[in-house]
Amino acid sequence: MRGPARAPAGWVSAAFLTSTALTAGFVAAYITTDSPQLEGLLLGLALAALAAGLVLWAMHLLPSGTYVEERPPMAPPEEDDDAFQDDLHRGGQETPGILRRTLGLAVLGLGAAAVVPLRGLLPGSLGPSTALRRTAWGRGVRMMTSEGKPVRADDLEPGTALTVFPQAPEPADDATAVLIRLRPADLEAASSGAAGSAGLVAYSKLCTHAGCPVGLYEQTTRQLFCPCHQSVFDVLDRARPIAGPAARRLPQLPVSVDAEGYVQADGGFDGQVGPTYWRRG
Amino acid sequence: MITRRVVRWADRRLGFASLARSGLNKVFPDHWSFMMGEIALYSFVYLVLSGTFLAFFFDASEAKTVYRGSYAPLNGSEVSAAYSSAVHLSYDVRLGLLMRQSHHWAALLFTGAIVVHLARIFFTGAFRRPREVNWIVGVTLLLLAFVNGFAGYSLPDDLLSGTGLRVANGIMLSIPVVGQWVALLIFGGEFPGQHILPRLFIAHVLLVPGLIAALIAVHMAILVRQKHSQFPGPGRTETTVVGSRMWPGYAVKSIGLMAAVFSLCLLLGGLVQINPVWLWGPFEPGSATGPAQPDWYVGWVDGALRLYPPWEPHLFGWRLPNLFLPAVVLPGLTFVAMYLYPFVEPLFTRDREEHQLLERPRDRPVRMGLGVMAFTFYGLLLLSFSLDVVTRYTGWPVTVLVLVFRVVVLVVPLLTGLAAYVLAKALRDSDAARFTELPWSAVRGTVRRRSRSPKEPPTTASPVAGVAAEHLPVESGPVP
Repeated sequence: MRGPARAPAGWVSAAFLTSTALTAGFVAAYITTDSPQLEGLLLGLALAALAAGLVLWAMHLLPSGTYVEERPPMAPPEEDDDAFQDDLHRGGQETPGILRRTLGLAVLGLGAAAVVPLRGLLPGSLGPSTALRRTAWGRGVRMMTSEGKPVRADDLEPGTALTVFPQAPEPADDATAVLIRLRPADLEAASSGAAGSAGLVAYSKLCTHAGCPVGLYEQTTRQLFCPCHQSVFDVLDRARPIAGPAARRLPQLPVSVDAEGYVQADGGFDGQVGPTYWRRG
Repeated sequence: MITRRVVRWADRRLGFASLARSGLNKVFPDHWSFMMGEIALYSFVYLVLSGTFLAFFFDASEAKTVYRGSYAPLNGSEVSAAYSSAVHLSYDVRLGLLMRQSHHWAALLFTGAIVVHLARIFFTGAFRRPREVNWIVGVTLLLLAFVNGFAGYSLPDDLLSGTGLRVANGIMLSIPVVGQWVALLIFGGEFPGQHILPRLFIAHVLLVPGLIAALIAVHMAILVRQKHSQFPGPGRTETTVVGSRMWPGYAVKSIGLMAAVFSLCLLLGGLVQINPVWLWGPFEPGSATGPAQPDWYVGWVDGALRLYPPWEPHLFGWRLPNLFLPAVVLPGLTFVAMYLYPFVEPLFTRDREEHQLLERPRDRPVRMGLGVMAFTFYGLLLLSFSLDVVTRYTGWPVTVLVLVFRVVVLVVPLLTGLAAYVLAKALRDSDAARFTELPWSAVRGTVRRRSRSPKEPPTTASPVAGVAAEHLPVESGPVP
């Protein structure tokens, strides 16, 4: 290498040498520390040095710039196109139309048959609408904590909330409910039917907007708040949506306390749980 | 030279020399904006490499297992195999955390580079005939990149990804007539079901990436067949391509770009934490994280969900789910509009000619206005997906922010679109070489001409703009 090219060549090989050293450093870091920060830094810098060397090389030492390439038009000459079309339709004139139509039917049938096995993606014989309508709640089903302990009425301080599940072998997501014990002062303010025995009310915990759990109970405002899209529900007014995108109130679960003092459901939810699906009413 | 002999040996058996030579001599126009697609390509390569590493250690199963490993707070807990292996991968597999985080960063870079590439193609009119076909392939690649990103984000079975899947399930349920079947078939039952993770996994590592790889091949093949478009300039005409030859200059530079993209992914993956699944905790029924933000490329849909009013009308006695319009119709229309744009624009411009030379964004003020309007609209939707975070830092009530943004997201794009239209028109009609050289009088001239004589026939720009620039300030007072 002679003349003005020498200086860039020096820089380029320096970059490659730096890259090699950094790669060796990466291997050492891998063996000794396994620190993701150090490994990422060393390997990242090794590649950065390699990139710098390659780009310098291409810019200073390799032929680049103004070359001209001819660009023939995309469309072929018309006679080429005609010849191709003729070849493509070879034999088409003599084919009876009935062949095409019956072949179409056969292919359509195969396509339809390929759709049918998709049903296997949903195990069991229950259709979606039944599965979506059912929850594990019903009259006399006890409320359990997430640890699987039955809930007693006096487990809740007035003004607090608890996430509850039905007593069932598997904790099903769609049955998740939030049990709230209202303060005595709120009981009068609550619209009729909102408060059950002992000031207990229960609502579905799944937001009627997109199905996120309405995780936050604001004790001071008696509101349930959804962390996903910020819908707010008024607990004292049958969980009516008062802000955010939710359009329906949270379905309510009737609550009672049994003879042993355990909290139980007095039936199922009074509305559709979770995000709205296409349905009547 | 040994390579010379090997090449000769192979060429005598395969006969590729003349074809390969024209490949080596393919000319690439030298313009920085042409690199965006390459950045997308190389981040896809990085995604495949790092993803292969991850696949050796990740177990996409919902079976319950007891986590035993270095992350003490989780030790002994019963979690899904997917979550357990994601935490194991992050704490106890060498290079595991670096690969996981750089994979995630590469996905953000991949989607981002595609969007910037799309913007370049859009604003310079590179989608015009004969490139409508490649525009369709490209938009499909963008769609698949979004889908695969979301599938990957949903795999670790942490509380945040579980929340994302929950919303996705709600969106599927909202589709009229078939929604219940769509959601339950895909999830294999009512949410959360038992089957979604293995299904997402096979989609994420085989089906969608396979489609992406195939479409990238198609995208490149069409590019080679049609050759590059280029900006007008000396010697650059409709029948020539001017630039660097592929071999060796352009290839070496491009491999350098690949090393730079890999470097960026690794530096981000090593130094900037992303998606710490051990902090979110495992997915559990009845729980959600807050605040919950998805990755940026689906953020605009989430933003639309937050802003959409609480409205569920009845159609012929059937209840139309709230999510349907913002989460199914809006994204659907977005992609339909993108697919159709190259075919709609000629209806108005009546320009159906073949174009190998690009336009400057200013050359088409209406397209400029539409593009800026669209980017503002989706940008604001993307901002709306973090309004609760804004509340956290400023204390402004989120309900008020939502009300304000419902208006902002509809009004501001009209304003920015109009401003872009006026500025593009002023630029086109002035002599300014670049935006920063545009005199204020030219802008005023454009606005005045529009409002005073809307029926004025289009003229070749410069003389008229010159007149406007000289005379209008005299009417309206001292020149600034």
